[in-house]
Amino acid sequence: MKVTIDGQAIEVEPGTTILQAARKIGGESVPPAMCYYSKLKGSGGKCRCCLVEVAKGSDADPRPMPKLMASCVTGCMDGMEINSKSSDRVKEARESVTEFLLINHPLDCPVCDQAGECDLQDLSFEHGKAKSRFIEEKRTFEPENIGPNIQLHMNRCILCYRCVMVADQLTDNRVHGVMDRGDHSNISTCISKAIDNEFSGNMIDVCPVGALTDKTFRFKSRVWFNKPYNAHRECTTPGCCGKTTLWMFGDEIQRVTGRKDVYHEVEEFICNECRFDHKTPADWVIEGPRAFDKDSVINQNNYTQELETVVIATEEGILKGREQDRKKISMPAIPLNKDEEADFKHGNI
Amino acid sequence: MERTHYKQEINMTEALMTRINELISHYPEDKRKSALLPVLHEVQDAHDNWLSTELMNKVAEIIQILPIEVYEVVSFYSMYNQKPVGKFLFEFCHTSPCCLNGTEDLMDYTCEKLGVKTGEITADGLFEVKGVECLGACGYAPMMQLGDFYKEHLTKEKIDQLIVDCRDNKIILHDK
Amino acid sequence: MSKKILLDKIKIPGIKTYEVYRQNGGYASVEKAMKAMTPDEVVEQVKASGLRGRGGAGFPAGLKWSFIDKKSGKPRHLVCNADESEPGTFKDRYLMEFIPHLLIEGMITSSFALGANLSYIYIRGEYMWVYKILERAIAEAKAAGWLGKNILGTGYDLELYVHCGAGAYICGEETALIESLEGKRGNPRIKPPFPAVSGLWANPTVVNNVETIASVPWIVNNSGDEYAKIGIGRSTGTKLISASGHIKNPGVYEIELGLSVYEFMNSDEYLGGMSSDRPLKALVPGGSSVPILPADLIYKTANGEDRLMSYESLSDGGFATGSMLGSGGFIVYDDTSCIVRNTWNFARFYHHESCGQCSPCREGTGWLEKVLWRIENGQGREEDIDLLWSIQSKIEGNTICPLGDAASWPVAAAIRHFRDEFEYHVRFPEKIKNRNHFVAEPFEKVKHLVSKVIV
Repeated sequence: MKVTIDGQAIEVEPGTTILQAARKIGGESVPPAMCYYSKLKGSGGKCRCCLVEVAKGSDADPRPMPKLMASCVTGCMDGMEINSKSSDRVKEARESVTEFLLINHPLDCPVCDQAGECDLQDLSFEHGKAKSRFIEEKRTFEPENIGPNIQLHMNRCILCYRCVMVADQLTDNRVHGVMDRGDHSNISTCISKAIDNEFSGNMIDVCPVGALTDKTFRFKSRVWFNKPYNAHRECTTPGCCGKTTLWMFGDEIQRVTGRKDVYHEVEEFICNECRFDHKTPADWVIEGPRAFDKDSVINQNNYTQELETVVIATEEGILKGREQDRKKISMPAIPLNKDEEADFKHGNI
Repeated sequence: MERTHYKQEINMTEALMTRINELISHYPEDKRKSALLPVLHEVQDAHDNWLSTELMNKVAEIIQILPIEVYEVVSFYSMYNQKPVGKFLFEFCHTSPCCLNGTEDLMDYTCEKLGVKTGEITADGLFEVKGVECLGACGYAPMMQLGDFYKEHLTKEKIDQLIVDCRDNKIILHDK
Repeated sequence: MSKKILLDKIKIPGIKTYEVYRQNGGYASVEKAMKAMTPDEVVEQVKASGLRGRGGAGFPAGLKWSFIDKKSGKPRHLVCNADESEPGTFKDRYLMEFIPHLLIEGMITSSFALGANLSYIYIRGEYMWVYKILERAIAEAKAAGWLGKNILGTGYDLELYVHCGAGAYICGEETALIESLEGKRGNPRIKPPFPAVSGLWANPTVVNNVETIASVPWIVNNSGDEYAKIGIGRSTGTKLISASGHIKNPGVYEIELGLSVYEFMNSDEYLGGMSSDRPLKALVPGGSSVPILPADLIYKTANGEDRLMSYESLSDGGFATGSMLGSGGFIVYDDTSCIVRNTWNFARFYHHESCGQCSPCREGTGWLEKVLWRIENGQGREEDIDLLWSIQSKIEGNTICPLGDAASWPVAAAIRHFRDEFEYHVRFPEKIKNRNHFVAEPFEKVKHLVSKVIV
């Protein structure tokens, strides 16, 4: 079957979705996907970020589709023509979805452990506006403790349902799910139960935002200060591949995650033992540095860049400032002398 | 979300279990989960019109599904209550077609009369007033749902009488 | 008197019971279909009748039936959508409460046509007493041999059950209804696959509204061509209209499609005019999600033709000057009703009923409600009106199911036709604060104030 996306033609197997076809082409035509996850069955269709315009249905039925289609759940037809990046309608729809996802988002990136590897940051960088039109009070949720390994920040959640699918498809006896409905839908165990299944840690990796983060890594470091390495170990947990990315600061392993590809999807799922219990380099066979996209913030700390020693020469200045300020803020008992008055005009600080 | 824990006595009577098994029999053998919504209605009606975690766990056990599947469903649908409610729950329809005929005033009147705000239970545990979305009785407004039944064409006088009847226990809530 | 198909026997005392219903010709369509027709012939009759889905979308019922996948060999199901929750609509409840056997007869005939051996009626949980009525009626029908194994000796088996929902408007959407029937949260599914291929328990399923199914017995008894003679153009047959609001005789009416809106509004056979001497201000002709019409577009279309009660005439002029027949929820407003409050009320409804699955609807409906609430309470800003317009346009068409569109259209139409009323709210907050809910000073009296202000 032949499909054309933004003017680029490609041959695909029947049953391929538009998003998969676009990923085969790669580059800028690939629609963003916040909820679709190729390794999770039944994911996708919910976030509406990947909407595309189908300008021609197929060779058999060339009519265009009236509505924008979610590319992650729409199958390709022979002769289909799709506009992604090249369509203004699509651009507008993606901007709209981005705005909707952000209106109730706390925008607490400065204290969020996901910052730097967050899909929502990428999405808003690409499609967001600098200013919000939302002046109402943001929706918030009561915090819930879901155990010693995973931190849940419901306020940041975009309800992609990926973590629920992880629990459904990788583990038995799911204990968390989506509660309530509408804009109060939330991820919860309902009874504050700890999620302790051997594969539950994968919820962290699949979370596109900072709603589910690694508790053992909490506030330890910004992700771009870590150096990622590919590593593996002989893991005895059935179903675990033992292949991970170690996030190191010096000799310290601060975090262990699955190996993520360019679409931030893990290549293979790993078990909680690998993720949480092996934080010494001796436990691992380190293969070498993990490569990241050219533009990724992770590369700010790459391995080839020459780092200059930074000297922070504040000490002296701070003290000087204090002395001057003390005078300036004007304790009348210590008036400025003539020289000082020339330097600091009254009321100018 | 952390939820306050309320205690509830669980009493799965024989009659209730018979009804539950009948409902389950309406669906193919391997689709017991389908019976969840009707079963929850029956169980809730038999337990003071609300469902505690323990009760939901019990339902999960009967239907043979995970407890979380029950929690998810219960929290989705507006007719299931996860905390105790007033014995006589006055559910006024406050969607536009009803409001055109004065529902909002009538709700204010009822609240004032009972000395509560919407969503509060009177001190004696008997009454609660709640605004709900369209009940499908727009032509018979103002109206409310009380138990399994609708009370339509309401007036202040009818509300007064209804409150008296409730206090005298003359109101039938469920059609079993 | 126009022709009655659904409600012609409703006044017969005891028609609720099986005996009376049977004595008055009930279940004849089942006999006729099973003894004298093949299932495909029944489908052909329904196709020929031009019957359109009465739930709101107006999709031809026979066509929908013909899509059902018979090749896969999987069991097939017919599900009746009795989750009537569109504000302004209460026709199905009337039908089920007063003539339950008509629906059951329709279910049996339709199931036979589709080859379904296990069918359900999904009724909203609030109609609990109607649920009991239907349960008892089904038991009666079963006792009389219309359900069960080998019906009428034809070898055809059918089990029919009622299933109750529990308070979720979204379950009126067919895939959400199926999810709910499976005992799950009412999250609409992503289409395709359509229910006709993979519906209830992944089996081929047809979901039809109560009124659609209740029309089938008449079509089978009298032929599809006879049905097609009633009505006008592509709007064939009769339609139940639920009338509410400021009118003299609110209630459920059966009309022949093609009746003029003027006659329906004013004749004594139907609504009998306004409830008081206040003039007509606006009309929502098809349930809360269809666009509201201002007084000057109710009786006449923009071209000056008579507005008729039909799918085509009500939508004449598109959304700019028309509306939709929808589910037939006819809500009438007189000049004391506040359009802004009405719009806020509907926005609150959709906010409350959004399932929360896809982002535009989950976030957008809440946003719409919050902005409308501010305007209605005197905290609106001039730019909020454009903001509302922008939000609704961003929701529309970008969601999984039509609830997003249903939430957008009333807001868009209110701004399109009653923008000055929104402006009045923004510019004179002290006048609209502390008003007695819906009852307001007629807007006509203060309208001049808006035009005077220059911003």
